[in-house]
Amino acid sequence: MDQTTDIKIVSRDVHVYYGENEAIKGVSLEIEDNTVTAFIGPSGCGKSTFLRCLNRMNDTIDVCRVTGDIELDGHDIYAREIDPVQLRARVGMVFQKPNPFPKSIYDNVAYGPRIHGLADSKADLDAIVEHSLRRAAIWDEVKDRLDAPGTGLSGGQQQRLCIARAIATAPEVLLMDEPCSALDPIATAQVEELIHELRENYAVVIVTHSMQQAARVSQKTAFFHLGLVLEYDETGKIFTNPDHEKTQQYITGRFG
Amino acid sequence: MDRNTTIAIIVAIIATAVFGGSDIVALIRNPDGYDGPAMVPATLLLIFLLALAAFTVGRAKSVSAAGGHLENLHSRPAYHGLYAMLWVAIAGFGTFVVMDALGLSYVTSLMGEELAAQLKAGGREMLQIEQNLVLQDARRIAEGRVASAVDPLREYLAATFAEIDGTRVVAVCAASLGMAVLAFFMTFAKIGVAFRARNSSERILRTILLMAAGIAILTTVGILLSLIGETLNFTIGVLDWRIDKFLFGTTWSPLSGVHSGDMDPDKVGAVPLFVGTFMITIIAMLVAVPVGLFAAIYLSDFASKSVRAWAKPMLEILAGIPTVVYGFFAAITVAPAIRDAGAWMGVDVAAQSALAAGVVMGVMIIPFISSLSDDVINAVPQSLRDGSYGLGATKAETIRQVVLPAALPGIVSAVLLGISRAVGETMIVVMAAGQGANLTINPLEEVTTVTVQIVMLILGDTDAATAAGPAYTLGFTLFVITLALNLVALRIVRKYREAYD
Ligand SMILES: Nc1ncnc2c1ncn2[C@@H]1O[C@H](COP(=O)(O)OP(=O)(O)OP(=O)(O)O)[C@@H](O)[C@H]1O
Ligand SMILES: [Mg+2]
Repeated sequence: MDQTTDIKIVSRDVHVYYGENEAIKGVSLEIEDNTVTAFIGPSGCGKSTFLRCLNRMNDTIDVCRVTGDIELDGHDIYAREIDPVQLRARVGMVFQKPNPFPKSIYDNVAYGPRIHGLADSKADLDAIVEHSLRRAAIWDEVKDRLDAPGTGLSGGQQQRLCIARAIATAPEVLLMDEPCSALDPIATAQVEELIHELRENYAVVIVTHSMQQAARVSQKTAFFHLGLVLEYDETGKIFTNPDHEKTQQYITGRFG
Repeated sequence: MDRNTTIAIIVAIIATAVFGGSDIVALIRNPDGYDGPAMVPATLLLIFLLALAAFTVGRAKSVSAAGGHLENLHSRPAYHGLYAMLWVAIAGFGTFVVMDALGLSYVTSLMGEELAAQLKAGGREMLQIEQNLVLQDARRIAEGRVASAVDPLREYLAATFAEIDGTRVVAVCAASLGMAVLAFFMTFAKIGVAFRARNSSERILRTILLMAAGIAILTTVGILLSLIGETLNFTIGVLDWRIDKFLFGTTWSPLSGVHSGDMDPDKVGAVPLFVGTFMITIIAMLVAVPVGLFAAIYLSDFASKSVRAWAKPMLEILAGIPTVVYGFFAAITVAPAIRDAGAWMGVDVAAQSALAAGVVMGVMIIPFISSLSDDVINAVPQSLRDGSYGLGATKAETIRQVVLPAALPGIVSAVLLGISRAVGETMIVVMAAGQGANLTINPLEEVTTVTVQIVMLILGDTDAATAAGPAYTLGFTLFVITLALNLVALRIVRKYREAYD
């Protein structure tokens, strides 16, 4: 497959502060389009924090302050004229814990298209919902009970529903924060398969604690450590021949 | 002082205070002028001291029984002390209470006989009511209080009363002190290395707690039974089982016929009262629900931490204002203002109106709705909000489409609780809604409510027994309504809790 590897997101010297506490201490990264980028690193090193900068989810946290530049397609997303609400429609997010709305499966998926007016008719909306559920590999399981509450699904189904919900908004970038941590191996495999497919249309950024997962699904990997990116390279290189000693220790499980 | 000692002393103090209450209070209030039997507080104090002594002695005995090896004791020393103390207190105070009550009724019957004998000797006749009054006066005279009248008969009876009652007090005090001392020695004998003082004293404490719970439950059941009893009386006696006349009749004037004879079952139609109640409730909820809900949304999703920190307590202060204050606020400020506003617009508004009462009642209910709704809105997980924001929803969209639907069951139950308060509220409507039972759905007119009519029946100058029938029946109906509302609300809340746990 011939992939164009345009740069989708550029971050330059990003610092994030929670009150006095500096959680991200100057991160510069380029995230490529049509690529799966994995963030790995020990707990508390700031992976989620950095990920949440990319769609300005950190705005919802009172004490959080972000400095530095983050550009999406060459436009500063923290610029005054950018509306974070519109930004988040372009940069979708899937959370660590499945969080379906207490609505029907259909309404969960239709939520984004409805608020953004993506569908002109009921038939349109039906099509978007079906397409999204199919892409999230959950259509066959739920097609007969689209009116059932989304909260009634199993954990793995809920997570795929959340992925469908994120896809339905037709984002350009999909951010996934440990999307498989609540899933069994089968559901994990399905989600990984999905991520693999998503890459054709999106830039995907995934935070994971599983080295195998990072190796399986990603093309680029960033190793975070204490609020810094110590190493960012091709996934193959990171996992076979890392430059940094800390990376080596982390991926081989001898971290300490 | 360890925990058990503290508990022991608190129990003793409470027991003394409860059982010797009136005398001790009188003694404390006015130590010089105390003219009740000084023996009573002295006895209670002695029992109290004895209980404390039992604690110390019991503990000491267990320590010495252990002979320096405290680990040999089944129960820690404090439990031995607690055990002894509890028994001394129960024996002493318990005997006091029981003997006091029995003694008093015995004295009363003796006095009754004495009075009868006196009347017979003097060849006089006296109605039972008058006899009771005379006996009451005799007692008042004996206790140095003001009697309704003073005559030789009363003074003679007073002297007799003082004599018999003096004996009673001595007997009661002696018996209770005796029992306390007995308990002191019996428990003391029991204390030893193997004695399971912890289990025993915990059993006693558990029984005390059980009795407290029992009192609360029995009171509820008692009130309920008397409500049901009087309601049945009324249903059978006045309505002759024509419950429909009460539930669907439209004329409320229950006391209009009582002077000429019986209550007229055609004039106890409660419809005007219920219509008035519901109209005022609806007005109140029209005020309270939007304001309360919006306040809750503001507090939970928009207010900064610092604003929330003072705004929430402020709202809760509103809940602490006595309803009587709201009542005269409604009657003195709001009702005339509404009338003036009406006059200005050319509308005729009554001096007391459903609107005034309803609006003020709504203000009263705002904090209930806002505080409960704020809790349930806060309980909606942040992850749901994040999910919505992550899809590019605005704050308003998130609140309207995710947060409120998720919190809806809780909000509904908050509203139901608000309604049940509005239905049962009395003070505001008594002052601001009016008393005339006219059947209307015009909020600008004077209306009356169930609670207002109960007040009028009970406070009116009709004989209480006659007025009680309709009053109890109204009360019972109201009780059933609020109970149903509360049950539904509780059920919804419970269901809602399960959804996120
Ligand atoms: N809402 C918050 N308020 C204050 N501090 C925060 C907040 N969220 C994260 N932090 C701090 O920021 C640092 C980075 O947290 P972050 O959640 O980004 O770590 P992470 O790499 O995602 O860890 P994990 O792998 O455990 O998810 C931590 O020290 C954390 O204590
Ligand atoms: Mg994280």
